[in-house]
Amino acid sequence: MKTEAMKVDGNAIGGLLIEIFGTDVTGSIGVCGSCGAEDYVATLEVYMRAPGVVGRCKTCGAVMIRIVRSETRTWLDLSGTRTIEIVES
Amino acid sequence: MAGAALLGRLTWLVAEVVDAVQETPRVRTLVLEADGWAGHRAGQHLDVRLTAEGGYQAERSYSIASAPGEPLGITIELLDDGEVSPYLVEEVRDGDRFELRGPIGGYFVWDGSGDAPVLLIAGGSGVAPLMSMIRHRAAIGSRTPTRLLYSSRSWDDVIYRAELEQPAGGLEVVHTLTRSQPSGWTGYARRIDAELLGEVAWPASEGPRVFICGSTRFVDAAADGLVAMGYPPLSIRTERFGATG
Repeated sequence: MKTEAMKVDGNAIGGLLIEIFGTDVTGSIGVCGSCGAEDYVATLEVYMRAPGVVGRCKTCGAVMIRIVRSETRTWLDLSGTRTIEIVES
Repeated sequence: MAGAALLGRLTWLVAEVVDAVQETPRVRTLVLEADGWAGHRAGQHLDVRLTAEGGYQAERSYSIASAPGEPLGITIELLDDGEVSPYLVEEVRDGDRFELRGPIGGYFVWDGSGDAPVLLIAGGSGVAPLMSMIRHRAAIGSRTPTRLLYSSRSWDDVIYRAELEQPAGGLEVVHTLTRSQPSGWTGYARRIDAELLGEVAWPASEGPRVFICGSTRFVDAAADGLVAMGYPPLSIRTERFGATG
């Protein structure tokens, strides 16, 4: 399958993010560590190539989140994200 | 995952297909029953997991098209090189089972609260979560002024067409048909652009809430057009689907 074809948005990884954060964060505002843009996690440009997921800032394209999963481990890299404000809904 | 189950976050449930509706030649709605399903909010989606005999698993997200409180329905478009959609659109029969989990998403959701007008913009099968909102609006008797701008390739590709021809009070449905039009068609016949948005969308000063769902290119065009009209970017909620079928 083509790489471009696997491009979705943050909504599509809502279930995976619930597993990690314990609550829905698609409606949370994330701040990009590179350009400082504030936008909903749902707007991340997400590339899914199992077992990894990469989410990029919609404004500047920088990687904000990387997730790699195996049977027993989840590896989460948020070094490209300045903050995520999680509000319980 | 045991941890997720212990924390009560998201658990895979067994779903049974209890009905299937052929919406268009390439689109089908499956009505599902799943023990333990806790209900959903209009606009949310769920994850489907199929497991092959050898153990290979494929997961996909599908928007829920039914209103909260109605039998659970998901609408699936056939993607020719997809792994999952050919099975769900062409193979699955009543009584078949697969796994699902959800509901998922607190962002692309409309609960019917607030007086602000609601602008819904759909490209193709992106209409599914918006249809859940439209059905919810009718079910709760909401009078919130609502417009659906719905872009399809042709009249035969319009999903939920009969239902959308009988809109509840205060709901306006505006179609645009981008590839072919029936004879005598007087509606829009082009992709969504700034001029079309200017004619259909409320002025930004009325503070509409906006939900756009479709392909990435479609969502970008619609959202950029609304921002150019003065809509605050954070008032526009978007959901993009890729061809991950």
